[in-house]
Amino acid sequence: MSTFKIGVSRGNLEIRQFLRQRESVVFTLLFPVLLLLIFGSVFKDTIAPGVTFSQYFVAGMIASGLLNTGFQQLAIMIPLERDDGTLKRLRGTPMPPSSYFIGKILAVLASMVVQIILLLLVGALIFGVHLPTDIGHWITFAWVTLLGITGSTLLGIAFSSVPRSGRGASAMVTPIVLVLQFTSGVFFIFNQLPSWMQNVASIFPLKWLTQGMRSVFLPESFASQEVAKSWEHGRVALMLSIWIVVGLVLALKTFRWERSR
Amino acid sequence: MQNAIEIHGLLKTYGETHAVAGVDLEVQSGEVFALLGPNGAGKTTTIEILEGYRDRDGGTVSVLGEDPAKAGLSWRNKIGIVLQSNNDAAEITVEEILNFFSDYYVNPRNVDEVINAVGLEEKRKSRGRELSGGQRRRLDVALGILGNPELLFLDEPTTGFDPEARRAFWDLIRGLRADGTTILLTTHYLDEAEALADRVGVINNGRIVEVATPATLGGRDNAKVIVRWSEGGNMKEERTDSPTELLRSLSARLAGEIPELTVSRPTLEDIYISMIEGEA
Repeated sequence: MSTFKIGVSRGNLEIRQFLRQRESVVFTLLFPVLLLLIFGSVFKDTIAPGVTFSQYFVAGMIASGLLNTGFQQLAIMIPLERDDGTLKRLRGTPMPPSSYFIGKILAVLASMVVQIILLLLVGALIFGVHLPTDIGHWITFAWVTLLGITGSTLLGIAFSSVPRSGRGASAMVTPIVLVLQFTSGVFFIFNQLPSWMQNVASIFPLKWLTQGMRSVFLPESFASQEVAKSWEHGRVALMLSIWIVVGLVLALKTFRWERSR
Repeated sequence: MQNAIEIHGLLKTYGETHAVAGVDLEVQSGEVFALLGPNGAGKTTTIEILEGYRDRDGGTVSVLGEDPAKAGLSWRNKIGIVLQSNNDAAEITVEEILNFFSDYYVNPRNVDEVINAVGLEEKRKSRGRELSGGQRRRLDVALGILGNPELLFLDEPTTGFDPEARRAFWDLIRGLRADGTTILLTTHYLDEAEALADRVGVINNGRIVEVATPATLGGRDNAKVIVRWSEGGNMKEERTDSPTELLRSLSARLAGEIPELTVSRPTLEDIYISMIEGEA
């Protein structure tokens, strides 16, 4: 069988396992929707003319959903698989290593698609979030999503070598994601954060992802509310691409099939 | 016949410790070879170097004609590995994992046959976390033989088996040997080595102490026979090269039946223990 076909077979297996672990389904897929329901119900204000907080929040949650389904999921799952012997067993078979990663990518894409659909449905049906109606905005959505999920997946694979044990992975990865969410304009309006915090957040990809998603889901008039007074599409693409390269190099250099001895 | 495994002067150090300190070993194609030794003797390190999991610090290694440190996926297609312990596949069933893993091999065995061979028919729909220790071990063995390997590594395969499962496992190994599979086995059960192995090698402190058949290891075939009996209310014991003659004279002396008579030769375990203790 070809590397790609084996990868598809791995993806099938990964998705089956994912769906059978209730914690992963609840935590990865339903938790962001729950957050949207809570935040959307509590904060009903309009933050700018024609822009509700729910609308702002949906854009942020879709951006951080890319971080959850790629980075967070992989950086927690891979150390667990390293601990329980999954990786060592696979290494002892003629499965091409790339097939393992193809399988992981397929599982990430599947949970990403489900998550985005859930967030858009809840946002549109319950909180009256307007979805874009022209092709241009959806093209922006496509490239921001593609760059975002690619970087997020690679950084998740790279970060999987950091936790010393599978059990410690969740405690290490979750706070990183939370801090990024607070400082990158998911839970708070980005332009209301202190400027030093904005500057720090601008190093990391989530700030650029949320900005890209706002350019899709918020009216053009909101661009003037951004810190740079514009959506900065060029910089969004540049920063996300830099993080893809960083993630790729680190993932290739640091990936381990066994626990460190 | 070409050797399945050839090792010359194998070295592996962890910091200051010489885990493997110059091992030479040859395993012939088609034989069952048991590597025996106490914990920490270098068994698992040696095996994991042969399996391509660990680098070596010195010596030459050839497994099925290739250097495991450089061998590719086509080489992996010809070997089967049963590692010491795993807790993976918690949420996938026995038949699912075997079906998925058979995608990785060029010429896999039939999944139903493999499930029958390891005796997991009744557990085929059970997930990994629902299996007992012995059943998990059988799943490990099933995954090890799934690819129809020419060479099978078994690292303590029967740990946690009940006696009946162990006998069934021995039959499975004999069947694989009859099909021409070369098997390298480590075990702490000396009766298992005796039942299965064509040859055994004893490893201690990172070195091979002796390689021989189970019947001749440590001069076992020439060892004195131990005769025990009861005479005048006391247990007596004598070690002799001519037990038949001793029994004849005892029988004459005690006028007929010799009370509480046993005649025994040293077991493989007796020989092994004396070798390991003599080393330490």
